[in-house]
Amino acid sequence: MGGVAFSSLHLAVSGWGCVRNGRVLFRQLAFELASGQALVLKGRNGAGKSTLLRSLAGLLPWRAGALSWGGQSVRTSDAAYQQQLAYLGHQAGMSDALTGLENLQFALAMGGIAWNPAQAAPVLHALALNEVASRPLGRLSQGQRRRLGLARVVLSERPVWLLDEPDSSLDDAGGACLGQVLAAHLAAGGMAVVATHHGLALPQALTRTLDLSAPREATC
Amino acid sequence: MLKAVCLREVRLAARRPADALSGLVFFVMVGSLFPLALGPDSALLRQIAPGVMWVAALLAVLLGQHRLFESDWADGSLEQWVLAQAALPLLVGIKVAAQWLIAVLPLLIAAPLLGWQYGMDNASIAVLLAALALGTPSLSLLAALGAALTLGLRGQLLLTLVVLPLSIPILIFGSHAVTQAQLGLAAEPALSLLGACLCLALLVTPWAIAQALRLALE
Repeated sequence: MGGVAFSSLHLAVSGWGCVRNGRVLFRQLAFELASGQALVLKGRNGAGKSTLLRSLAGLLPWRAGALSWGGQSVRTSDAAYQQQLAYLGHQAGMSDALTGLENLQFALAMGGIAWNPAQAAPVLHALALNEVASRPLGRLSQGQRRRLGLARVVLSERPVWLLDEPDSSLDDAGGACLGQVLAAHLAAGGMAVVATHHGLALPQALTRTLDLSAPREATC
Repeated sequence: MLKAVCLREVRLAARRPADALSGLVFFVMVGSLFPLALGPDSALLRQIAPGVMWVAALLAVLLGQHRLFESDWADGSLEQWVLAQAALPLLVGIKVAAQWLIAVLPLLIAAPLLGWQYGMDNASIAVLLAALALGTPSLSLLAALGAALTLGLRGQLLLTLVVLPLSIPILIFGSHAVTQAQLGLAAEPALSLLGACLCLALLVTPWAIAQALRLALE
């Protein structure tokens, strides 16, 4: 799947702090990620996993610290950096009135990628979406929407995946599929930051874990 | 990308035709209720026609567009727009243009019918169409700015407070152009001012809308 190989990448965060609704969620956060590595974010509800992912995606300004991409310092909403990201939030980011395929085609067009049925078919097949992709999104179950969101991320050909609880409402087969898709992405030289309450089916050597509810000097 | 955004808007409008046509229905309803209420005094109707048509068009555009970004915001599409390859102001501009073609262009097609109802002559109707063609895109852009600024808030009061004062110059120049034409005077100065308003709106609002959307996403 995928079929794109990414050259060596490096993402580093140092001294990071985020404030949400007048509350400091985390401070002095630091981590580094290189090609082929995944960072698993853990922590209790409200620990700041989604906030961290949103600020990594440049959707939310961070209050303190620095982010560097490929050795270059990045500011919030830096276009060149944001175009490296595939973000999957709590919502699939797709319209209920359109079918799954129409949504996917639109999402890829927005990412500047031409729709290629030959490339999309294996991804849709792996995520068991062949039958449901032609139905309006509003008629799909939460798990099926999640799978479509994942299909968008996989097909986006972007090196950095930011996934916010991608395994929520996925069944066992879906969870296993998520693990395979992530492993393939890492093997192709991509990187991923994944917030999850459950473990990911990924080799231990490729993953680092950052626990946001651990005592403050959370570094890894 | 231009094609993709337009295609998506057309598909969405086709799946939810009631949303897309509400502005047109409002415009036709308000426009046709006035003659019924005022009675068959053709001189009075001709005199109030420019004002009534412009107020109906203004409210139709503002009311039709006040939920422009609501569903995109709720389903997470806006977050993807921020991360898209094209710049956000450009995408926003294309979306507003597509919405104008879908929801506001039918108003221009219905406007001559309403104009005849008020006993306007063809020359005035031509000026009315020109004025609407120049004025309604600015109104769409302003309405989109209001929709972006009030994203996530309930109620339309704030939207009205934000957008109405900004749209008053367009209302004045637009109805002035038609009145001038009815009196046999030159309508070009007012039309030029409408064009200037449109240029200003095109230059400023896409960036303002994009910034407002980024703020709404935080």
